[in-house]
Amino acid sequence: MENFLYFFSFQDASIAFIVLGITILGIGSAYVGTFSFLDNKALLGDAISHAVLPGICLGFMLAGEKNPYYIVGGAIISGSLATFLSSWLKENTKLSEDSIIAVILSTFFGLGIVLLTVIQKSGNPEMAGLNQFIFGNAIGILEEDLWVYGGLAFIIILSLSLLMKEFRLLVFNAEFGKAIGFPMDRVRLVFNILMILSVVIGIQAIGVVLMAALLITPGAAARFWTDRLSSLLILAGVFAVLSGIIGTYISFVLPQMPTGPWVVVSLSTLALISFVFAPKKGILYRFFSRRKYLTKMHRDHVLKSLYKALEEKKSGLSQSELLALYPHHKRETNRSISYLRKRSQLIIKEGFITLTSKGKSEAMRIVRLHRLWESYLNEYMNIAPDHVHDSAEKMEHLLTPELEALLDNRLKYPKLDPHQENIPRDHDEL
Amino acid sequence: MMSFDQNAFLIIFTASLIAISCGLLGVFMMLRKMSMTGDAISHAVLPGIVIGFFISGSQRGVEVIVGAGLLGIIATMVIDFLRKKAKVQLDASIGITFTLLFAIGIILINLLAYKVDLDQECVLYGEIAYLPIDLWITKAGFSMGPRITWLALLNLLLVITFILLLFKELKLTSFDEGFGLVMGIPAGGINLALMSMVSYTTVSSFEAVGAILVVALLVVPPATAFLWTKNIKSLIQLTVLIGIGISIIGYYMAFWLDSSIAGMIVSVAGLVFLVSAVFNSKKYKFKSGTRLEPEALSS
Repeated sequence: MENFLYFFSFQDASIAFIVLGITILGIGSAYVGTFSFLDNKALLGDAISHAVLPGICLGFMLAGEKNPYYIVGGAIISGSLATFLSSWLKENTKLSEDSIIAVILSTFFGLGIVLLTVIQKSGNPEMAGLNQFIFGNAIGILEEDLWVYGGLAFIIILSLSLLMKEFRLLVFNAEFGKAIGFPMDRVRLVFNILMILSVVIGIQAIGVVLMAALLITPGAAARFWTDRLSSLLILAGVFAVLSGIIGTYISFVLPQMPTGPWVVVSLSTLALISFVFAPKKGILYRFFSRRKYLTKMHRDHVLKSLYKALEEKKSGLSQSELLALYPHHKRETNRSISYLRKRSQLIIKEGFITLTSKGKSEAMRIVRLHRLWESYLNEYMNIAPDHVHDSAEKMEHLLTPELEALLDNRLKYPKLDPHQENIPRDHDEL
Repeated sequence: MMSFDQNAFLIIFTASLIAISCGLLGVFMMLRKMSMTGDAISHAVLPGIVIGFFISGSQRGVEVIVGAGLLGIIATMVIDFLRKKAKVQLDASIGITFTLLFAIGIILINLLAYKVDLDQECVLYGEIAYLPIDLWITKAGFSMGPRITWLALLNLLLVITFILLLFKELKLTSFDEGFGLVMGIPAGGINLALMSMVSYTTVSSFEAVGAILVVALLVVPPATAFLWTKNIKSLIQLTVLIGIGISIIGYYMAFWLDSSIAGMIVSVAGLVFLVSAVFNSKKYKFKSGTRLEPEALSS
């Protein structure tokens, strides 16, 4: 608790500084990552983040110390090389994109490990600082490094905001962008550079192996809450910053703990919560709305069967006859019957079920929609009368009153459907 | 300084065994466009390894293999769940799953740091160079030779048996899953079996080459072979040859530069891949297929 207060009251200037750094960095990575997620290129970020390792090592070897400029420079060079190679291989070989990314990711990482062991054997005392790049250590970031990384993050955020329109075109419809005269190839180049930059600044805090999470997860989680790009970007940024601060705090309390894994765990928790509980797109919401739809569908079918009995000049159906119509859905049928009875759409007298006038009107509506849709398919789509039933069976549950009016209007209020069956109207008598 | 002694032979032999096991599985992973899933599995087995290690108290326990195998299957299922139930796109499902599981693994290593003798560097890059001194000694005190070599041999035998037994099924489901289903082959089951083999191979090899470099051996030799041939039999043969070749060259390069052997094997593999890609790229080859001429388009 003491630690908690000490950390979050920011009385220690260096902690305040680091939290500020993590915030800018998280926003930058989430920003770039969301675009690449929307572009279906989420794993390219993973490849780039593994691929910067040899560059970092080379920068370290050339400078002989952990100089941020050399390291950033080396990382940019090897990251660009990896990006270039991946697009070159995609154009010039028959390998699938997925194999290409896996090849680049693993070979660059292998090369990085070779260089890392070479440095290790050279006995340079600064070596310990280099290991941080693999798992990340936000607390270990020096203030002077922070200026460089913070500056880069700021550049990323600024250029993404300024070129928002171009990047939006790039991820949603690059072909259209090209057609209306935007230099899409150059836009992609700029975007790739920004992605490399965001990886370079992110690995200090998260590490090479887990950097992919900071690029992919915030966007994927935020996507469940909104369909608008602007709110998507803001939400992704909030997720990234939140988990960045949690990870940093844990590294602060337990100094031997690397920051990266905790950032990733908190990010993933946020993502899982989003996947399950988000309205509209979450698993729970979709599960319940599907179930609701299925019960409504079955109720509609029960009403329809009762109406068809009326058409056959029977006054209704016995309970057992109705149950026999849906042999594998006994429970659903019983539930539908009791629901409809409660809504006074049908009455049961000594096991014999008849529709009330309210129920009849509802049943007529469903049958009417079914037959209207069949007529529409037959007349406007030129589909043979014996092929229209299945589609109508689905559409009868979905057509809205507005669409019904439109169909009626187009078909000039038909009396008969393609099977020469009556299209029932509310004033009809049976 | 080039020398060929018993140690060099053992290291090259073991590395080749691992490279062949990985390559054989990798061919099918590549044909199924699941290379990145292989990458995800090789990261995701980490928590299983750590938990197994913690329970058994040594890295030789069966628990380690069982733990890693379970985690590999869990990872495959989580990816599938995210993709099908939560409707997250495939690449993002892979990215989220493996980073989360790997992060949990690293956290566990740090939490149990004083209880298990396992450090993250060892899991990540492995050190095949210590192989000749890590001997398998029977209860009678008789030395049977390096333990990891035996593990790699066992692994290879199992992989070969697996592929021989299921060759037809693997081939069919790799190229046309729908047709396989029609023929009565349980594509989902075959897939899970392949993923379990990949996780088992990852664990079996992690001590030697490290969990992350396993993915390189899974991916790079098959991809290189794929650049040269499209026939599945020659694809497999070439993959095996490349696996052996990079092990030999990689060992001597590492010896010469005094660096990580596993890392060097992968770097050599990457170089071979790059040369093959340049040789076989569309630019440097005559196209034999028919092309649409501009006149044909305008008429």
